[in-house]
Amino acid sequence: MSFFESMSKVWRIGAKQLFLGVGNTLLIALVSTVIGLIIGLIIGVIRTIPKSRNKFVAFLRKILNFILSAYVEVFRGTPMMVQAMVIYWGYAFAAGGKTLPLIPSAIFIVSINTGAYMAEIVRGGIISIDKGQFEAAQSIGMNHFQTMVHVVIPQVLRNILPSISNEFVINIKDTSVLNVIGVAELFYQATVLSKMTYEIFATYAIICVMYFILTFTITRLLRLAEKLLEGKSNYTIMGSQSDPKAEIHVRGEERRAD
Amino acid sequence: MQTDTVFEINHLVKNFGDHQVLKDINMTVSKGEVVSIIGASGSGKSTLLRCLNLLETPTDGEILYHGDNVLEKNFDIRSYRTKVGMVFQQFNLFNNMSVLKNCMIGQQKVLKRSAQEAKDVALEYLEKVGMSEFVNAKPRQLSGGQKQRVAIARSLSMNCEVILFDEPTSALDPEMVGEVLLVMKNLAESGLTMLVVTHEMQFAKDVSSRVVFMDDGVIAEDDSPEVIFNEPKNPRTREFLYRVLNKDI
Ligand SMILES: Nc1ncnc2c1ncn2[C@@H]1O[C@H](COP(=O)(O)OP(=O)(O)OP(=O)(O)O)[C@@H](O)[C@H]1O
Ligand SMILES: [Mg+2]
Repeated sequence: MSFFESMSKVWRIGAKQLFLGVGNTLLIALVSTVIGLIIGLIIGVIRTIPKSRNKFVAFLRKILNFILSAYVEVFRGTPMMVQAMVIYWGYAFAAGGKTLPLIPSAIFIVSINTGAYMAEIVRGGIISIDKGQFEAAQSIGMNHFQTMVHVVIPQVLRNILPSISNEFVINIKDTSVLNVIGVAELFYQATVLSKMTYEIFATYAIICVMYFILTFTITRLLRLAEKLLEGKSNYTIMGSQSDPKAEIHVRGEERRAD
Repeated sequence: MQTDTVFEINHLVKNFGDHQVLKDINMTVSKGEVVSIIGASGSGKSTLLRCLNLLETPTDGEILYHGDNVLEKNFDIRSYRTKVGMVFQQFNLFNNMSVLKNCMIGQQKVLKRSAQEAKDVALEYLEKVGMSEFVNAKPRQLSGGQKQRVAIARSLSMNCEVILFDEPTSALDPEMVGEVLLVMKNLAESGLTMLVVTHEMQFAKDVSSRVVFMDDGVIAEDDSPEVIFNEPKNPRTREFLYRVLNKDI
């Protein structure tokens, strides 16, 4: 049998199964990237809380910061495949053999793994925001939380958008390690299929192409979204209050605030 | 307690590590006064303003605002800051918000005003600084002078009682200095209490009711503009003015 015949055989038998895998891969990657980002943002907000004058609060903050740093270091410093095994079977061990449903487990694992990376990305984003933005917010009486939510985070998000996209693409590829706990993502489906058809090379060649098409199109789409979000710098000058139609539309040049 | 004395600063000291930047500052500011603070670079002018707004925590001394010590543990710093506005050399408008939103956000989130009220107030003050045409513009679309006028409107929108200006025109192109100084002059005439760190000697001379000369962390001279500019008592003041006024020519 030629290579193409093998491929078409695998495709005929397993296309449905592979698309199911794609669906799960995308679901896990997308949801986990979003949750990971939220974790990263929350950590960013906590880490930048100014030192309190109250000794007890300052102490609590120190402990919290230590825990957060430990979380980031541990999850960045160990392979996600190992994290998956430890968390999934760790739960089973603690629960007396009862395991968690697979897809939620997968989302949980990838989310906290992504969160550790996002925390660092967000940190970099916050550091790059001009100190004057924080001071201006403080000087009109905003508290730390208000400053972060209304002034800093929106600017951070805009700046780290490329890194967020990047994490999403990485997650699409890295969910493949979840096959170790049996999550029915694309790689796992391929493994099952290859055992069914004995067409190992053809099967993995197919998902190789599928992974590439996924990441390639998504990268382009996200780049497009970034461009759009980067902003229209067009604005309207209100002509007069008595005649609201007297508006002048100004077309500003595309410029990034930096 | 509502008195005519807005600020009373007693023995204010600020250290950065081993470096004593403010050494025993004493001064009083009354309602409606426009105090210009002049002095050489590094003399501690910005640090003094930043201590007043508590962007820096003073090392020692006290700052009384209408008789209340702002350094006291239970003092409500956030509500104090709404009454004491700050205008920065680098404008520091919120980059992610339109001109209008810049002037509304503090009112809505800190003063808890409704969107409608915040908008009305913001528009009123944007009008006052001549920026009402640009309500929808983003800061990056504005010139320096326009940004600074919006920054002033942002402080005013909080209905503050005092504005601290830290070299509001130093980052501006020369042709834009005038428009900002004009706005400030109008504010001064409207009776707003102002503390202005400035290198604009003409402004200090014409607009302020008092001039404070700072030298190496202390107030070397504090008098009316007439005295400071015509017959300064401290030789350091004379020296400084001689230097800056001749540099201008
Ligand atoms: N955050 C800081 N940490 C350490 N030193 C500081 C800090 N801020 C200011 N200083 C030092 O304090 C001194 C006074 O600074 P300050 O900014 O108050 O001077 P200034 O009178 O405003 O000068 P300029 O006219 O240049 O703005 C300077 O020597 C400066 O290096
Ligand atoms: Mg300064």
